[in-house]
Amino acid sequence: MAHGPAKGIGRWLFTTNHKDIGTLYLWFSFAMFLLGGSFAMIIRAELFEPGMQIIRPEFFNQMTTMHGLVMVFGAIMPAFVGLANWMIPMMIGAPDMALPRMNNLSFWILPFAFALMASTLFMEGGAPNFGWTFYAPLSTTYAPPTVNYFIFAVHIMGASSIMGSINIIATVLNMRAPGMTLMKMPMFVWTWLITAFLLIAVMPVLAGAVTMMLMDINFGTSFFDAAGGGDPVLFQHVFWFFGHPEVYIIILPAFGVISHIIPTFSRKPLFGYSSMVYATASIAFLSFIVWAHHMFLVGMPIGGELYFMYATMLIAIPTAAKVFNWISTMFRGSMTFETPMLFAIAFVILFTIGGFTGVMVAIAPADVQYHDSYFVVAHFHYVMVAGAVFSGTAAVYYWLPKWCGRMYDESMAKMQFWISFVGFNVTFFPQHFLGLAGMPRRYADYALQFSDWNMVSSIGAFTYGASQLLFLFIVIRTIRSGTPVSEPKVWEGAEGLEWTLPTPVPYHTFSTPPEVK
Amino acid sequence: MSTESNYYVPEQSRLPIFAATGLGFIAYGAGSWVQGGSPMFFLAGALVLAFTLYSWFSLVIKENMAGMNSDQLKRSYVWGMSWFIFSEVMFFAVFFGSLYYVRNLSLPWLGNETNALLWDGFEAAWPLMTTPDMVANGEAAQFMGPDQNMSFPGWDKLFSWLPLWNTIILMSSSVTVHIAHTAIKNNNRGKFNLWLGITVLMGAIFLVLQAEEYIHAYQHMGLTLESGIYGTTFFMLTGFHGAHVTMGTIMLLIQFLRGLKGHFNSEDQFGFEAASWYWHFVDVVWVGLFIFVYILA
Repeated sequence: MAHGPAKGIGRWLFTTNHKDIGTLYLWFSFAMFLLGGSFAMIIRAELFEPGMQIIRPEFFNQMTTMHGLVMVFGAIMPAFVGLANWMIPMMIGAPDMALPRMNNLSFWILPFAFALMASTLFMEGGAPNFGWTFYAPLSTTYAPPTVNYFIFAVHIMGASSIMGSINIIATVLNMRAPGMTLMKMPMFVWTWLITAFLLIAVMPVLAGAVTMMLMDINFGTSFFDAAGGGDPVLFQHVFWFFGHPEVYIIILPAFGVISHIIPTFSRKPLFGYSSMVYATASIAFLSFIVWAHHMFLVGMPIGGELYFMYATMLIAIPTAAKVFNWISTMFRGSMTFETPMLFAIAFVILFTIGGFTGVMVAIAPADVQYHDSYFVVAHFHYVMVAGAVFSGTAAVYYWLPKWCGRMYDESMAKMQFWISFVGFNVTFFPQHFLGLAGMPRRYADYALQFSDWNMVSSIGAFTYGASQLLFLFIVIRTIRSGTPVSEPKVWEGAEGLEWTLPTPVPYHTFSTPPEVK
Repeated sequence: MSTESNYYVPEQSRLPIFAATGLGFIAYGAGSWVQGGSPMFFLAGALVLAFTLYSWFSLVIKENMAGMNSDQLKRSYVWGMSWFIFSEVMFFAVFFGSLYYVRNLSLPWLGNETNALLWDGFEAAWPLMTTPDMVANGEAAQFMGPDQNMSFPGWDKLFSWLPLWNTIILMSSSVTVHIAHTAIKNNNRGKFNLWLGITVLMGAIFLVLQAEEYIHAYQHMGLTLESGIYGTTFFMLTGFHGAHVTMGTIMLLIQFLRGLKGHFNSEDQFGFEAASWYWHFVDVVWVGLFIFVYILA
């Protein structure tokens, strides 16, 4: 076994090291975050004022679609897979992931998939323009020809996710250090174990959905065409059977990260560890039986509406258990407010707001008003951005000193936190008002009465976007010239196997598994 | 939980990047091929991928025979295969679920009085021989239903009914592969080779019969992929199953060749075992197909 990293580009192309692969995932994810973010900036620039100023409506549709696809599949999911690759082996005392070569394959599929998807922007007919949920028949009968590339990009990306998840499950179930029983596992490992299960269960469903599209478009089948006896609503059922677990795939690892950061900076163990585990498992289970709450307005029997409404509201219970546990962890702790903790606290507050609006849209009769409006856009950006992205940013600040042995600039990082916190809320809080006032989502233009809040929202979006460039600057500066740190426990309150390793973490760790008491 | 003190972490490898490149070419090539472009990129990608997978599996086998795999790593392979099969279960679940939805929910809705405004005179039935398109547009319809369907032909024609024979073959092949498994566990290589060979042969016969059924459907029954939702669900379900049987047969064939080379013994036969799990899985899917696609039609 090689003792240090190989030289040159080959290190990254041929690597089997979980830390290298984690790094690749994280940088790829950030590149996609900037790409998806630039699409968002185009959207907000166009919506700055009513009327069409910068782009044409067709291109606007491509922007909303690509923004969603790139952010969900290219930015957020790979970010947490990157964290999983870095942290899971170190947290459970394993030398590497269970299947290191497959691990490399899982990553390197992604650049191909997203290069293919992004290249459709420059092809005839333009990029996919049917929204990230690609409802039929917009994505079949009325789709641009590039939809075929989109379908196959989704296929190989799904293969990447399934292989990555198999790897994580095998690692967690098979490679824990002696003495680390399941109920002693760190929360981040637990949330990823459950997330990986969700991924293996639903990525094939997504593959099925795009396969049906492919067949309907090119081979004359009639899955989604009522003329042949099919049903376009079938698409929505299949899609959301994937799509609802998918949003928990995004948020569960974020819960895991927060469950590490809050105890560290409160200098107290996580409150209610076992209830956290059971809550995570309950959320995962419920995610499979609530999908049609995305479809209240599609025409469903009243019994179906009621069932999906009540089942959805049940999710609030395990989620609230988590929020209360985080708050109880902080209660009477010796709290300090370093940047990861600021992001974690902002996560708890803003995610809870997103959770509350989630309960609002879960109420079927009320959803008639909210459906497909900016209220929904505000709701899921509160959980996706202030939830997943804030947690990912917190994780980088929290673990970066451990990874590279250098501390970031605290005051600059705090400034970055406040700019993104303010920028985020200025962007998305007004969108609640816009939605309640009746502004529909995914439109390139709007009526005059929505002008003020749209302008505010756009200003917020540019601020938030700028704060991400600052984040990039801080991270690069830390890696190149941050203050060196060398104590194993970078944060005095941190607990866990990963903090017993030297700082910066050596290339190979835990070649001999540690004993866990 | 690990009890081993050392886990084999492989050296750097060029295989994954080749596999990813192959997949990238396949995705781009398939996308342009279905639009009428050249299949060259797709074929090139498939070739790269096939060659890479061949080298990859050879390498894994070589490592295993060289004794580099600890018991712990072997367990990782077991987990890997089990969860891969679970993902395949979910893939089939989508198509079975769609069949359920169409038959029991959306078709009856399509035939109700509200939809009479759109498709006047359409009656929901399964198998769906007359599509809504035919009711509305007659001969000009784009989606013409099939002339005949694949449902149970009656007791008098029982023994000329292909799906029944396919069921018998596939069910028996699950037994023969199990006999082979027991044989290798008892270190009886001759018996193992014989019964595994028989299993591979039965897989091939199944595929021939399935092809025969498809040809008959296309040439004599007016039943194609394009014959409305019945043709769609019939060919997609049986077609994906057939593709998986092909995969399973290839996997078993490779294990058969490995068996001839003496790769397996009573202690170590996971390559074969994994393929046999996969085989049992396609067998179970067929039972589902036989019930829901053929009998209950």
